[in-house]
Amino acid sequence: MQTPRFLPCGDTALTVEFGSAIDPGLNGKVLALDSLLRANPPAGLIETVPTYRSLTLQFDPTITDYDALIHLLEEASTGLQPQAAMGTRWRVPVVYGGEYGVDLDDVAERHGLTPSRLIELHSAAVYRIYMIGFIPGFAYLGGLDPRIATSRRTQPRLKVPSGSIMIGGEQAGIVPMEMPSGWHLLGRTPVLSYAPGRDPAFLFAAGDEVVFDPIDASRWNDLERAALAGEPVAEPVHA
Amino acid sequence: MTDLVVKNCGPMTSLQDWGRIGYQRFGVSPSGAMDRRCLAMANALVGNAPEVAAIEFMNLGGSFTCEGGSLHVALVGAGCMASLDGKPLEPDTTIVLNEGDTLQVGHPRSGTFAYLAVAGGFMVEPQLGSLSFHPRSRLGGLNGAALKAGDRLSCRPDAQQGAPGHLPLAPIEDSGPIRVIMGPQDDYFTQEAIRTFLSAEFTISPQADRMGFQLNGPQLEHGNGFNIVSDGIVDGHIQVPGSGLPIVLMRDRQTAGGYPKIATIISADLGRFAQMRPGSPVRFRAVSRDEAVAAARRLKEWLGALPSALVPLRFELTTDHLLSTNLIGGMVDAHAPQTSDPSE
Repeated sequence: MQTPRFLPCGDTALTVEFGSAIDPGLNGKVLALDSLLRANPPAGLIETVPTYRSLTLQFDPTITDYDALIHLLEEASTGLQPQAAMGTRWRVPVVYGGEYGVDLDDVAERHGLTPSRLIELHSAAVYRIYMIGFIPGFAYLGGLDPRIATSRRTQPRLKVPSGSIMIGGEQAGIVPMEMPSGWHLLGRTPVLSYAPGRDPAFLFAAGDEVVFDPIDASRWNDLERAALAGEPVAEPVHA
Repeated sequence: MTDLVVKNCGPMTSLQDWGRIGYQRFGVSPSGAMDRRCLAMANALVGNAPEVAAIEFMNLGGSFTCEGGSLHVALVGAGCMASLDGKPLEPDTTIVLNEGDTLQVGHPRSGTFAYLAVAGGFMVEPQLGSLSFHPRSRLGGLNGAALKAGDRLSCRPDAQQGAPGHLPLAPIEDSGPIRVIMGPQDDYFTQEAIRTFLSAEFTISPQADRMGFQLNGPQLEHGNGFNIVSDGIVDGHIQVPGSGLPIVLMRDRQTAGGYPKIATIISADLGRFAQMRPGSPVRFRAVSRDEAVAAARRLKEWLGALPSALVPLRFELTTDHLLSTNLIGGMVDAHAPQTSDPSE
């Protein structure tokens, strides 16, 4: 078993790097180590941040014994079993195309598909949430059908609307709030993955899964009202 | 109930505490005071714990009226001078505000960030465990926003109003190159780039805010491309995008990023770095983990000793008397003319 690399991040943090690729196995190890540390936090540990292929640990350097921490991490990484989908599988309603997904027709044409075939391929996959980051609640999804992988726009948009369902390269994402992006907009969901003041403020976590449920635009207003009232609108489903 | 009412202030005036802990996994920046040393000093002067939320000023001052009672406040940082109804006040000293008083906070002069603390802290509901304002998350501050004219900050009526005091302290380790620990991605750079980074003089660019400080200077060459799979970011990370010009990531930074990070500023030097104004020269020196941890311990001890360093103040003391007893040593500009108010 290959040992991870320990990368120093100043005196208050270090990154445990399992590899350099975007890969479910590597991400599974990240999440497994994250769970271990959260269940049994070593002295001085403040926060852990899982990303695609590494886990960043922040700690108080005046409390944490760095050498002991490295030793503990080496031991914990030996025989670490990648965690598969450990979280919730969410069904997320999406209105595809039109004003909700202004790039749908263009992306379909690029791949020689009809828009409805593109919707089929996009909504047939089970996506894994590799990480949440960039801005609060932005979910980086893996699992896009490689047949519809689409190179990013040459000109990023300064603003894409909240709830946008996007693809960029082989990645997919759910936009929690208006943000800049060079990804392609296929549709939009009324689900608010981040709502300050709602309990819980965040719906999704790294390790959760997402499936997209195409819905008719006529349902948008009701679902949006429910989401703004604090309802999750996304539903947990059983695999 | 005593309120501090904002008469005017700069656009980046906000509530900041030690930061928001535990939500980076959801993409939420930690935020918090850019210079914890000054926040802790201001809090010590009003009898608060170091991490209690205060008003952070960035580049501009402001003015505030005290309504409904009296209040102990303190202003610390960046050579910022306060005056009460037009009368200049001693720096780094507890200020007693009475009903109807107007406190004027001048511009930060020798740095960027200053802190106004009130005894007992503000009666503002924390969001995700912190009062720190973070614009992109729409979290913290007063109703998820920066402070503006007309805002009313309620203070705790039961706050212990301790004896007014003065903090005759020299800033801790306030000179020399900014210390860094190399990594996490120093292996993405050429040997020449590493040598340049550790020997050249950079300057703080005007693009410097609570998210990050862009540096001007020689370009640092990547030896191994400049795209990595996004990984975790910490305060003080020095990332180098394709332009080769470093950006130091500060408290409002994103939680993950895809540019290689050549080095990380050690925690003890972050506050000092944050106070460097655009145009200031900056050099970096690589240190060992042991040296960085020793510096972190010294800073922690210094923060812990602030309450006992407080010298009780007797009101009849004049500025001349304070100077003669060297209580405000280091504040050579105690008599300098007050800079003009920002928004009048």
